Amino acid sequence: MPGALRLYAHYVRVSIRSQLQYRASLVMSAIGVFLVTASEFVAVWALFDRFGQVRGWTLPEIALFYGMISITWALCDAFGRGFEVFGTMIKEGNFDRLLLRPRSTVLQLLGQELTLRRAGRLAQGILVLGYAAAAGTIDWSLPRVVLLVASIACGVCAFLGVIVLQATSAFWTVDSLEVWNAFTYGGVTMSQYPLAIYRSWFRNVFTYVIPLGCVNYFPGVAILGRADPLGAPAVVGWIAPLAGPGFLILCLQVWRIGVRHYRSTGS
Amino acid sequence: MTAEARTGALRPYIAIVGVRFRMLLQYRAAAIAGLFTQVVFGLVLIMIYEAFYRSAPAAAQPMTFSQLASYVWLGQALLAMLPWNLDAEVRTMVRSGAVAYELCRPIDLYGLWYARAVAQRTAPTILRAAPMAVVATVGMPLLGLGEWRLSPPASLAAGAGFAVAIGCALALGCAISSLINISLLWTVAADGIVIVTTTLVSFLSGMLIPLPLFPEWAQAALRWLPFAGLVDLPLRIYTGHIAIGGLVPVLARQLGWTIALVVLGRWLLGRGMRRVVVQGG
Amino acid sequence: MPQIVVEGLVKTFQVAERTPGLWGAVRGLARRTYRTVRALDGVSFAIERGELVGYIGPNGAGKSTTVKTLAGILVPDAGRCEVAGRVPWTQRIAHVAEIGVVFGQRTQLWWDLPVVESFELLRDIYRVPQARYERARDTMIALLDLEALLDVPVRQLSLGQRMRCDLAAALLHAPAILFLDEPTIGLDAVSKLAVRDFIKRLNREEGVTVILTTHDMDDIEALCTRVMVIAGGKILSDGALAELRARVTRERWLTVDLVDAAAAIDEADATVIRRDGHRVCLAFDPQVVAPAELIRRVTSHHAIRDLFVENPPIETIVARLYAAHGDPG
Repeated sequence: MPGALRLYAHYVRVSIRSQLQYRASLVMSAIGVFLVTASEFVAVWALFDRFGQVRGWTLPEIALFYGMISITWALCDAFGRGFEVFGTMIKEGNFDRLLLRPRSTVLQLLGQELTLRRAGRLAQGILVLGYAAAAGTIDWSLPRVVLLVASIACGVCAFLGVIVLQATSAFWTVDSLEVWNAFTYGGVTMSQYPLAIYRSWFRNVFTYVIPLGCVNYFPGVAILGRADPLGAPAVVGWIAPLAGPGFLILCLQVWRIGVRHYRSTGS
Repeated sequence: MTAEARTGALRPYIAIVGVRFRMLLQYRAAAIAGLFTQVVFGLVLIMIYEAFYRSAPAAAQPMTFSQLASYVWLGQALLAMLPWNLDAEVRTMVRSGAVAYELCRPIDLYGLWYARAVAQRTAPTILRAAPMAVVATVGMPLLGLGEWRLSPPASLAAGAGFAVAIGCALALGCAISSLINISLLWTVAADGIVIVTTTLVSFLSGMLIPLPLFPEWAQAALRWLPFAGLVDLPLRIYTGHIAIGGLVPVLARQLGWTIALVVLGRWLLGRGMRRVVVQGG
Repeated sequence: MPQIVVEGLVKTFQVAERTPGLWGAVRGLARRTYRTVRALDGVSFAIERGELVGYIGPNGAGKSTTVKTLAGILVPDAGRCEVAGRVPWTQRIAHVAEIGVVFGQRTQLWWDLPVVESFELLRDIYRVPQARYERARDTMIALLDLEALLDVPVRQLSLGQRMRCDLAAALLHAPAILFLDEPTIGLDAVSKLAVRDFIKRLNREEGVTVILTTHDMDDIEALCTRVMVIAGGKILSDGALAELRARVTRERWLTVDLVDAAAAIDEADATVIRRDGHRVCLAFDPQVVAPAELIRRVTSHHAIRDLFVENPPIETIVARLYAAHGDPG
């Protein structure tokens, strides 16, 4: 494990140095992403300007969910780049090279790139979260802060799980990878609002199948100190995030199955 | 340039549409995957709007919920038509300096790039819009989600007006797309341009949220910017939000912007090409 | 005990078929058809430590499938394989730590990084202790003349320079076995010689077992004492180069430079296979007419400026072998 961490640190140093070679492009991309994501939040603001609230939730409360998921997704999108472009790697036949190295393929893919331009979305998330914090609806305490940080970490795990599933499907078909965007980008959009506003069948999918709701909505409710309109007991908010890492572990097992399939059918 | 020469030059681009059709048909898995993703997106957006609509008196809203649902579905269906991307081949041509060779050829470079933009958008749009329309009109009621379906056009005239407006939207989008490509002659910062344009396009065209839902004080400005003609105006004709009587001003606005941007594009291309030659390519 | 043992390897693939045209594409939406390809059909051989073996065959013959199986990337359908006492595909990580692989058309180096930084990353990936790494690195720099290239980003290297760096990179962890897949493809003449020279020294001085897959017969003639020929998933020939020649044909070629370019040559027991101005090439069977006898006949009938006798080039040998097996090659 320490060897793996040391190698990962080396990978990260290398990746950052590579990207800094194209500094101007990097900065522009990051600013661009910030503008895009900022405009998305402006659209949310416009809706609240017109409607005032959504099913009893106010804009600062939405901002908590929104900020959390932005930060979560920005981090996951930064770490998970290797898996995101895995379809291309398979198409170009470069996965063999990873199998020829005496290291886990997961570690190598994680180390492939730490995408710095995601900082644009990260900045947006922090600003939105800052607005949620400053708006006075949250009674901050140390446990709540810890829960916030832990939920984001668990959220990164959950979304990484989806991205790993996406990469795994490339072993069978390189063409339909886009379907997973429904759960990554769709999942992010969905998580920007409290799970409570959606239909029950939709909520169940994102709680029990792909637990994106567990890593954002439930801890968010606990941080806000609100009673959950869905009727879940208060403790759920504190333990639901664990579904994130649990889900990731399951997805990594599926990945192993995918690698096994690749090695028996060839490229 | 003679009419024959023009159609002769366009023939490869008509062929591109056919080739892309075939290519996209082969990748059936990709087609279904893309459709699935967009349907899920449409559902999420509609659910969010529904939650908002249930939180405030419906009568006060500029659009009815069923108009909004149709708006969302049509927006998703026409996604491929929007000027999101750079033409990768143009970017390579400009980067390598090969674009200078185009000056040696007796062709209308702007026309060429414009035709490419049209060709690249036609096949993907049709191949995505048709199944999406089916899913949204027929599939939704079958799933018991009838109130979220894509309703038929407000009237026959609205449908016809919509078809015309879509054609104009395509023309407008390709004019914007050509401008993006032309901007490459001035700067290699392609990523930045693409992102800024994407933001403007999605924000101001109605893709992000329907323009009528923006605050009242912004409505006038939004309606007069070119981007509204890409998505918002055609969709509102379809849903009857814009009455048939208002059709002509809308089309005039779309075409007006298209012509203006084409003229601007041609002028910029001329200046840009001179710059390329002066720099030695 | 051979270092590499392969017995009865079998591997089949399913390949999707695409019908051409627009109608075929629409039909493809509904149903796909597959055909079975038998890439390996009972392949067996053994390689001792320190051998330098050439592995040749037409495209699609099963060369890369064999190499992938030996490398542990691919799991065969049937058959036995042991490399340095391990089964490659069941003990992947332990196995690949002991082998090096170089693909001629792909680099394993990081595109935007200076060469030496790729080396350092590989050192950490292969967990090579610093002292051992420095020794290997310095040896490679000296043998392959890499001093000037160390700080150059890989994307700026020429093909020949990149290949030398890739060879070094594959050997930093001191593997016992080196697989080379088309290492000289696309290289200029000087680089080819440098690469061949390096491989020969590596094999002779360090005792690294080398398995060389190539289409370039000059590589084979320059480097390999032993050649395996695979076609249609089966090993057609396995042994010394001279044996391979003898197996396919006894034929030898007599090339003469005539004084009179227009002279007609017609000798019994010999066939003119090529005629280029003054130069005429005759093929003959040494068991039907002895070389000395044929020379005597030709020189008595014509005025000759120069002559030499040689074996047919290995390409011809191999092409005939493939053709005899029924492959278009």
